[in-house]
Amino acid sequence: MCLAIPGKIVEIQEKSCMRMGRIDYGGITREACLEYIPDPRIGEYVMVHVGFAISKVDAEEAARTYQYLAEMNQLEEIAAPEPPPETAP
Amino acid sequence: MSLSFTLSCPVPVNQHKSIVLGHGSGGRLTAQLVRELFLPAFDNPALRKLDDQAVLNVAPGRIAMTTDSYVVTPLFFPGGDIGRLAVNGTVNDLAMSGARPLYLTAAFIIEEGLLLGDLERVVHSMAQAAADAGVAIVTGDTKVVNRGCADKLFITTAGVGLVPDGISISASNAQPGDAVIVSGPIGDHGITIWSTREHIDFTGSLQSDTAPLHALVEAMIAAGDVHVLRDPTRGGLGTSLCEIASSSSVGVELEANAVPVREEVKAACEILGMDPLFVANEGRLVAMVAESSADAVLQAMRGMPEGRDACRIGRIVAGHAGMVLVNTEVGGSRILDVPFAEQLPRIC
Amino acid sequence: MKYVDEYRDQKLAETLAAEIRRTVTRPWAIMEVCGGQTHSIVKYGIDYLLPKEVELVHGPGCPVCVTPLEMIDRAHAIARQPGVIFCSFGDMLRVPGSTSDLFQVKASGADVRIVYSPLDCLKIAAANPSKKVVFFAIGFETTAPANAMAVWQAKAQGIRNFSVLVSHVLVPPAITGILESPDNRVQAFLGPGHVCAVMGYREYEPIAPRYRTPIVITGFEPLDLLEGTLIAVRQLEQGRAEVENQYARAVDADGNTDAQNMIHRVFEVCDRAWRGIGIIRRSGYRLKDEFRDYDAEQIFELGPIHAPEPAICISGQVLTGLKKPHDCPAFGKECTPQNPLGATMVSAEGACAAYYNYGRHLVALPSAMGKA
Repeated sequence: MCLAIPGKIVEIQEKSCMRMGRIDYGGITREACLEYIPDPRIGEYVMVHVGFAISKVDAEEAARTYQYLAEMNQLEEIAAPEPPPETAP
Repeated sequence: MSLSFTLSCPVPVNQHKSIVLGHGSGGRLTAQLVRELFLPAFDNPALRKLDDQAVLNVAPGRIAMTTDSYVVTPLFFPGGDIGRLAVNGTVNDLAMSGARPLYLTAAFIIEEGLLLGDLERVVHSMAQAAADAGVAIVTGDTKVVNRGCADKLFITTAGVGLVPDGISISASNAQPGDAVIVSGPIGDHGITIWSTREHIDFTGSLQSDTAPLHALVEAMIAAGDVHVLRDPTRGGLGTSLCEIASSSSVGVELEANAVPVREEVKAACEILGMDPLFVANEGRLVAMVAESSADAVLQAMRGMPEGRDACRIGRIVAGHAGMVLVNTEVGGSRILDVPFAEQLPRIC
Repeated sequence: MKYVDEYRDQKLAETLAAEIRRTVTRPWAIMEVCGGQTHSIVKYGIDYLLPKEVELVHGPGCPVCVTPLEMIDRAHAIARQPGVIFCSFGDMLRVPGSTSDLFQVKASGADVRIVYSPLDCLKIAAANPSKKVVFFAIGFETTAPANAMAVWQAKAQGIRNFSVLVSHVLVPPAITGILESPDNRVQAFLGPGHVCAVMGYREYEPIAPRYRTPIVITGFEPLDLLEGTLIAVRQLEQGRAEVENQYARAVDADGNTDAQNMIHRVFEVCDRAWRGIGIIRRSGYRLKDEFRDYDAEQIFELGPIHAPEPAICISGQVLTGLKKPHDCPAFGKECTPQNPLGATMVSAEGACAAYYNYGRHLVALPSAMGKA
């Protein structure tokens, strides 16, 4: 119940009275049920678990979190002490 | 009163669209199959004699011999088929000792009802694979079993090759300091087979990597000091590394970030929850090479089509003998363990 | 892969690990709830990046580990019935019941198939009208919407030869059960990210202050787990006990209401037995009465199945963090990943299997702990 993978919606269609989508995971695509995504759009990313999209990926939140981590990394690099000069063998 | 007869003798059916039990009986149907399919496809002087055995001239020296069975389903998959797999797999088992592959046998166990067209396709593919690899299929056998007693087609092979003097390549020869090299991206074959067999509707360029590797091995040996060669088939690269660590009583350090995996295979593995390290390959090798000649060997590999994506993935160490330690993508560490059985997809 | 690769960046992982080291002043025991999180921790060696003060306790969030033995035996009994096609996710195939696993059941002639979505079962049912297709519906809340949809669609399409054997479990009662135990030593939780993608995290908001335990809703990639750990450590060091959402790119407070609506159309909450733990009240889902025609437990009247756990197995106490695997007399001896006695040793993310590999690692490379 934990394995959900992000993928991009590249196609939306009705099949057997369900809203289905073709999801691109980076090189391969596969079908997933979009019934639990109220307003799916081509190009949006969703988290897919057992063939069902269970939530959208919030691109802004993802960017914000990543930005925060990157800034923390930069501060870390500024704060890190200079490595000692190499001594000749 | 005269009666007119139109004689219609119930002679046995001569032309078949699918394999029947009679094709394995050793009688005329069998002979017809050999004469019309196997012989023209595999044609060579030894086979033409149709003796119970092939008598072959072999130069003096050490002989490498191997046997394998091929039961893959489906029979045909993107990138290959059971026939090509059988030839390349046997050739590669021989090549991993540094041997030059020479002769193959091919025994067929056919399920009653297999379409003759499918058998023809497999046999022609084997013939092509044998020609590509420069080997001859010199003897064979055909059995047919009742429907339900075999899964369409099983092929068992044996292979014979010659090991040149001075070559000593074995899983027990890895030495601390050796570089660990893989010939190309891993996981292609296993993921292709799994998704084709299970009808997982991946679209993308997934295909088997089945290929003969003996020419690549020859180039590697000419370029440097090769200690270990293994083609990581079922069980994948991870299992091969664990086996070599155990055989050689050395430790293996694997750099997770260095292991090449194609994007499509990586995505498929993520979706299925499978680890590419334990997915089968059919056209890749892993080598342990003396560090001093590793760069030269890599260069030689990259000059061959089967080795163009060759790269270093780790090193052999004296510590943690028998264990494979992975330096993970984020700088952590884990022990690699051989899975109990075939890796399964997971949702959890 | 977008939204995957970025969260496996080594430099950022080191940054987070360094920040955790700077923040921590005393030992803390943090439990990650979800089996997929345990899997990730083991796969990426996250333990080795953390300072020794931070202990990650592997929790009961693996449905493979907590599905009761009685239910596994029931599944095997149904699979053995003539005319049944038994469908399951791959996870359950190797879980041992009292006498065998689904592989052995298959080897003895049963039709057992791996599926990748509950909807696969509907296709199998349509293609095999004379067979009874049974789906082993395990999982936490994350999988419930998919399983509910399969049942809903089966009824809507008039598919009569399909049923589900339901063994759904819910996370909040499990967390509360752990916190209620007098021997509990878990001080913070990394909450289940994908469960909360479906259910939201409102249910956890009263739990955190009531038990003075931070709950950080966390994702599954290495950077998610490290960031979640950092947020938990900060709360612990500051004496706070709140719900925080590390996995904001996939989770919001209210969750997926469409998915929740479907769950509640098809399932209702019930008491559920957890393997090794016992019955936790209102901790599972069962099919509502109007879907009884799709309930395999009712269709296949097998009677009560008595399945005593091996006396030696303490997986329940391990799953709730009360005991460590080393406390089990069988751990690493009779019970290993190659020869598991309990479910927590079967799957790679079972707590005992994870500890087993961690322990071997310490023996192999004691200097690994010097990294942090």
